[in-house]
Amino acid sequence: MMSKTWQKPLLAVLLLLAIVFPMIAANDYYIYVMSLAYIMAIAAVGLNLILGYTGQLNLAHAGFMAIGAYTVGILTVDYGVPYWFAFVVAGALSAIIGFFAGLLSLRLKGHFFSIFTLCVGFMIYLIIEKSDALTHGTVGIIDIPAPTGIGPIRFDNTWSQYYLVLFFLVVSLWLMSRIVHSLLGRAFIAIRNGEDLAETLGINLMRTKVLAFVLSTFYAGMAGALYAGFVRFIGPAMALESHTFDMIAFILVGGIGTLFGPLLGAILLTWLTQSLQFLQDFRMIVFGPLLILLVMFFPQGLIGYWRERQARRAAASMQDRRLQRSVVGSQQEVGTNA
Amino acid sequence: MLEIKGLTKRFGGLTAVRDVTTTFDKGRINAIIGPNGAGKTTFFNLVSGYHKPTTGRIIFDGQDVTGLRPDQVAKLGVARTFQSTTLFDKATVLDNLIVGHRLRTTSTFWDVVLNTKRLKEDEHRCRAKAEEVLDFVGLSSVAHHLAADISQEERKRVAFALALATDPKIVLLDEPAGGVNPEETLGLAELIRKMIRKGLTVCLIEHKMDMIMSLADKIVVLDHGEMIAEGTPAQIRSDQRVIEAYLGADYAAA
Repeated sequence: MMSKTWQKPLLAVLLLLAIVFPMIAANDYYIYVMSLAYIMAIAAVGLNLILGYTGQLNLAHAGFMAIGAYTVGILTVDYGVPYWFAFVVAGALSAIIGFFAGLLSLRLKGHFFSIFTLCVGFMIYLIIEKSDALTHGTVGIIDIPAPTGIGPIRFDNTWSQYYLVLFFLVVSLWLMSRIVHSLLGRAFIAIRNGEDLAETLGINLMRTKVLAFVLSTFYAGMAGALYAGFVRFIGPAMALESHTFDMIAFILVGGIGTLFGPLLGAILLTWLTQSLQFLQDFRMIVFGPLLILLVMFFPQGLIGYWRERQARRAAASMQDRRLQRSVVGSQQEVGTNA
Repeated sequence: MLEIKGLTKRFGGLTAVRDVTTTFDKGRINAIIGPNGAGKTTFFNLVSGYHKPTTGRIIFDGQDVTGLRPDQVAKLGVARTFQSTTLFDKATVLDNLIVGHRLRTTSTFWDVVLNTKRLKEDEHRCRAKAEEVLDFVGLSSVAHHLAADISQEERKRVAFALALATDPKIVLLDEPAGGVNPEETLGLAELIRKMIRKGLTVCLIEHKMDMIMSLADKIVVLDHGEMIAEGTPAQIRSDQRVIEAYLGADYAAA
């Protein structure tokens, strides 16, 4: 309970830091990198819903991000559709394709589900790469327009785009917070803890899992749509499973099944990658051992570790208070008896 | 309450449950006993919808529930526990129980997004239910402990509480006293009697004969998937086939 009282101020400070970041960042490049980390974080927050909260390892997540990005790319570049209209279509289309992919793949459980989704992701990659007429094939889509301005606000420079991305990140986290802390979130967590037990408690496994899957692909699609408008160039490689593995790494580092874990992981790993840029491909020599150490000593990720300590302390303090109350209670009883 | 008619389950060439016909009466404690591999858990899996029977019917409260999914069976009022309960160890005991009443609520994803009154009421009801069942099984004192930190016996009680949170009519208990000491076993037996007093029907699988013989109103004995006997504890204790298949000569003499 104690943790909750300073949770809000902490969040406010973090948000303030995010808002002033562009003002203290040394140059535009840092702002650009941070924006990119936020976009990846939105996708990872979505993946965390199906992986961290519902316990289903979906390896096609990058594919759904690519669907969102390509929807924006194709609609804006080839059909002259306004960015924001394409943006909405991107989210909807990812969710619709996610619905059918989920309905099919969630018939499988555990590793079989993961292997199946690995194939789904690769199929998305192949379809994007081979459909020259629609997706420009291996060339990719270039010159995607930046998000059009809303009212007096323009999104034509790194600063304003940073704030746009930050806005969507905050909305994503707010919505995810609502979901995972609700009864619905409890149903997702129950499935992760044990599908048999969840089903016995009257939870419709298929319907609940498909809902988690669709929501996660919606997040991926939105992240992809933002990515397209921000980087303004997209290629088929973004659908590859290696991008899904990046997001899984974010989640593992930050804390699987925690609200802010994917964000923390995305920011930490993005900056680590940036600062090791000079090592080129050799950076994996630093990266690999670091990840192994982290998984060894913080298997729940950084926030997961912190949360567990918090939970234990809260449980202990509740217990203390209960004891105190019972002591006081019995003393009072003694008093009245006397 | 629960009528089983000619229930058979075959897995490939293996017949796990063969032509079992019996009834479990309302407000009674029914026990299923038998050697390992006799098909007891499979029988539970059939009743609770995890397996579809090869042949036979399951009638619950006058309604044919054969072939329904587990969540549908649960909504009709059949709850069950497992030999081991998978709890979320990093959450409190109370937190683990709140989801148990979800099936009696109606709020949807859109209620979550809009944070409607219905959702708040549902969450309030689920929390109240969790507190109620926790109190019923006598675990209010560990409500705020992490699930990881409670004892084996408390875990068993939490499993009961989870089953009760679904507002069941019948509770199927799979080895409720497995892995707990004799003294705790007595406590769990008392809890089962308390469930009966509350108007529930209980059906349990157990290997602890002393517990079964003093607790059960009716015993069904399975061996190799077949029901070899049914009756009161006294009848079962003196049944020659049961003694040969399961109890052993020592127990019968005792």
